[in-house]
Amino acid sequence: MKETVYRPDATDQRIIAATQAGLPLSPNPYREVAEALELTPQDVMARMAKMLAAGVIRRIGVVPNHYALGVTANGMSVWDVRDEDVSIAGREVGALEYVSHCYHRPRHLPVWRYNLFAMVHGRDRSEVSDKVSAISDILGPRCSSHDVLYSSRILKKTGLRIAS
Amino acid sequence: MSESHETDAIDRRIINGLQGGFPISEHPYCDAAETLGLSEAELLERLQSLRDSRKISRFGPMYNAERMGGAVTLAALEAPRERYEEIAGSVNAHREVAHNYARDHQLNMWFVVACEDPGKIAEVLREIEQETGCTVYDFPKCEEFFIEFKVEA
Repeated sequence: MKETVYRPDATDQRIIAATQAGLPLSPNPYREVAEALELTPQDVMARMAKMLAAGVIRRIGVVPNHYALGVTANGMSVWDVRDEDVSIAGREVGALEYVSHCYHRPRHLPVWRYNLFAMVHGRDRSEVSDKVSAISDILGPRCSSHDVLYSSRILKKTGLRIAS
Repeated sequence: MSESHETDAIDRRIINGLQGGFPISEHPYCDAAETLGLSEAELLERLQSLRDSRKISRFGPMYNAERMGGAVTLAALEAPRERYEEIAGSVNAHREVAHNYARDHQLNMWFVVACEDPGKIAEVLREIEQETGCTVYDFPKCEEFFIEFKVEA
């Protein structure tokens, strides 16, 4: 990781713990958080703005439940992209609206030849498969082969909890 | 809003338009509502209803553990079919394993390992190898491309 790491202090940690499940749905959410933590709203807002700028907060907004919205199929598409092209190709694929996570990861030859991973979402497998074909067209000759790994079962899903 | 569980055009505008960029301000819902062409009261009511019907799982900040000094990796192994459940049990028993998915491939088990101490990742993967007798392939990210959960509602 090249980026500087931001170490939240004890007050930041309390803000994280108070907001990671969500913001109050009322006109002054930051003031409510501040009152619960006995801080000033200005302090809470300044700290959150700092965490947002540092990337500790990825974004603030709606976290859609894609299953409830009917987007129930997802496939982990994996691509064998020429090393010299992978950074630009990754940005192109990561920008597609139906791709959520997109990463450059190492190969493990001979078992695993793919170096670009992109999670593709759709209403069913055929929609996912159409979108994978569209990515294949975008990558063109930069990619020599690809595969899609569908999840057949969730074995564990606890999510990441950061502070308690 | 009605009790219907169908999303309408306004819900979709909210879900598609508010996946990021919610302001940090005195009256953020008022500011966001203006951008979306809604009133503050309507936005709050819609968000409440979308959350109650679980169309959105959360509304608020999404934190990034890695930027706080923690580490996350994706790992995979090939579990022999006859030992699949036993191996899944060993993998899942590790507190550091956050997600684990069965996938259709020679590498048929894929899991995410998250540790507050980055040095601990290799240790967890080594333990899983010893417990299961399976080679664990580590896929740490070399580069991350713009991550947005862009659900089209």
